[in-house]
Amino acid sequence: MQPFRVHTGLVVPLDRANVDTDAIIPKQFLKSIKRSGFGPNLFDEWRYLDHGEPGMNNAKRPLNVDFVLNAPRYQGASILLARRNFGCGSSREHAPWALYDYGFRALIAPSYADIFHNNCYKNGLLPIVLQESEVDRLFADTAAFPGFKLTIDLERQTVATVDGALAYGFAIDPSRKHRLLNGLDDIGLTLQHAEAIRAFEAKRLADNPWL
Amino acid sequence: MARTLYDKLWDSHVVREEPDGTALLYIDRHLVHEVTSPQAYEGLKLAGRKPWRVASVVATADHNTPTKDWDKGIADPISRTQVETLDANIREFGAKAYFPFLDRRQGIVHVIGPEQGATLPGMTVVCGDSHTSTHGAFAALAFGIGTSEVEHVLATQCLMMKKARSMLVRCDGRLPAGVTSKDLVLAVIGKIGTAGGTGYAIEFGGDAVRALSMEARMTMCNMAIEAGARSGLVGVDERTLDYVRGRTFAPTGERWDRAEAQWRTLVSDPDAVFDATVVIDAATLAPQVTWGTSPEMVTSVEGCVPDPEKERDSTRRDDMVRALAYMGLVPNTPMTAVHIDKVFIGSCTNSRIEDLRAAAAVARGRRVARNVKLAMVVPGSGLVKKQAEAEGLDAIFRDAGFEWREPGCSMCLAMNDDRLEPGERCASTSNRNFEGRQGAGGRTHLVSPAMAAAAAIAGHFVDVRRLH
Ligand code: SF4
Repeated sequence: MQPFRVHTGLVVPLDRANVDTDAIIPKQFLKSIKRSGFGPNLFDEWRYLDHGEPGMNNAKRPLNVDFVLNAPRYQGASILLARRNFGCGSSREHAPWALYDYGFRALIAPSYADIFHNNCYKNGLLPIVLQESEVDRLFADTAAFPGFKLTIDLERQTVATVDGALAYGFAIDPSRKHRLLNGLDDIGLTLQHAEAIRAFEAKRLADNPWL
Repeated sequence: MARTLYDKLWDSHVVREEPDGTALLYIDRHLVHEVTSPQAYEGLKLAGRKPWRVASVVATADHNTPTKDWDKGIADPISRTQVETLDANIREFGAKAYFPFLDRRQGIVHVIGPEQGATLPGMTVVCGDSHTSTHGAFAALAFGIGTSEVEHVLATQCLMMKKARSMLVRCDGRLPAGVTSKDLVLAVIGKIGTAGGTGYAIEFGGDAVRALSMEARMTMCNMAIEAGARSGLVGVDERTLDYVRGRTFAPTGERWDRAEAQWRTLVSDPDAVFDATVVIDAATLAPQVTWGTSPEMVTSVEGCVPDPEKERDSTRRDDMVRALAYMGLVPNTPMTAVHIDKVFIGSCTNSRIEDLRAAAAVARGRRVARNVKLAMVVPGSGLVKKQAEAEGLDAIFRDAGFEWREPGCSMCLAMNDDRLEPGERCASTSNRNFEGRQGAGGRTHLVSPAMAAAAAIAGHFVDVRRLH
């Protein structure tokens, strides 16, 4: 996993609540046995006018020009601004894979669904929670100022405009922060406790032999 | 100190804990299916790792498998590759049990876990699938995980996580006749919202839940995730024990006695304190139907399509307008005036024998309405199918004009050939009515099995209690 320290990027606003993972990456793309290549099919049903299937040449498909990701001013965006309960529904990790593959490095929303939220961290995608009022303000500013960018500083736990005029703090678990900052592999970390796991397991199986 | 059921399950699985509360939680049962596991096994291979405890793994292929013409195999080459990849991974890495495509015990992972006794009280159960919450009906701490976590559990038998808060959803009274646990859980979601349970483990309690069968409890826990909670739970009682006794992987003899004694403690202490409590009066509920594109967009079958004009919250109003446009519905239309094109009876929410019995009881001696293009019944597993056929349910469905299919996820998520065409409207016993869930442009209304069968017969939604 790539470490996440400071990121400055263009912000794209997705003004809907309860965006589910079926919408983020529709099921037909879940047939892949790879982890990469999902970016072109991110938000497939909203992004294109035709029905997408794996193996299509996405560059030739008709775009839905009304969908915000297709607007010229948001090309190259790497920060997704969203509404509450983003990522609800299916546990598919293909959702954060698709967001990352598209080029997103961070998300900002008032709340996320639990499994999705967790899956983001595993893939170096930072899901930032801000207050509803702060998110409202960012939606307004993104609309008002073409080319609106934000700088996210994980060490300091801040989201700020590039000129520093507006800055919000955000919360994050210390252990998640540590892992993201250093790009640490969870499995490697857990296996440092292999002895403790083995001891726990031996006792558990002795007490519950039907397991 | 008095503890909730969730506290007990959590405490008994913590291997170690960081100062910030992040725990290493031991996992007893790992259910695996073809869609969310290939990248995990590949990760394992690339790192040169082996599964920590093969005996914890129970696997099946369900999401991509076809529901008819099994003799012809899987036509879609990409789906076939995914199923064959699972075959190969299980061959290479092993499992306690594997129910591959075509096995007579194959089925939806959340149906076969309990059916085989692979889900037992007191376990931690995980699967790369959000509806793993289903298994909480057995007082098991069960929750869905992403693929990175699937790999993590394979490699370490543990998960790194923080304890959730606890919520009691107390369902008082008794459900009226014709009103099921599906209606009850839809009403709960309607009340607390799809994010109402986010960050919580929900325990379902109260007289209405105690009176439910295990299958009906599974339906409720299954949909805990639709209320935002990763886990749903029901405490152990006689019904739990009766269901588990005699199942393939359940303990027997002296081991059963020991297990039973332990399992009986898997209830919340009487004076345990929950972080939140929600109370629902089950006795006053009517059958529920969703009208929108989120499970919280639900109303009684006696109600009407809501009017966004009356919604004060602007984000909510926008959501409603968008949902009604997608669903092709006009505000204030009575739900019973909404006609349907297809009916799907199946999914891990409602495809067990009891669900099929309830639907068959409605279908018996009647005919599917002419405007209904397809009404399909997809049993949750090969064993459910066999049981239903032994009871003659397949004949009842076929005589009424329903299609009787092979087990699998089918049109719950439409990864195989079973899907809605754009604009088609479906009465479905599944769990998600998101845009495109059952096929691009498809319109899903979530209902109970009896209500789905009644809609098939009437051609539109109808209060099953008033079907003559
Ligand atoms: S039946 Fe539907 S919800 Fe259940 S596991 Fe299959 S796809 Fe998921």
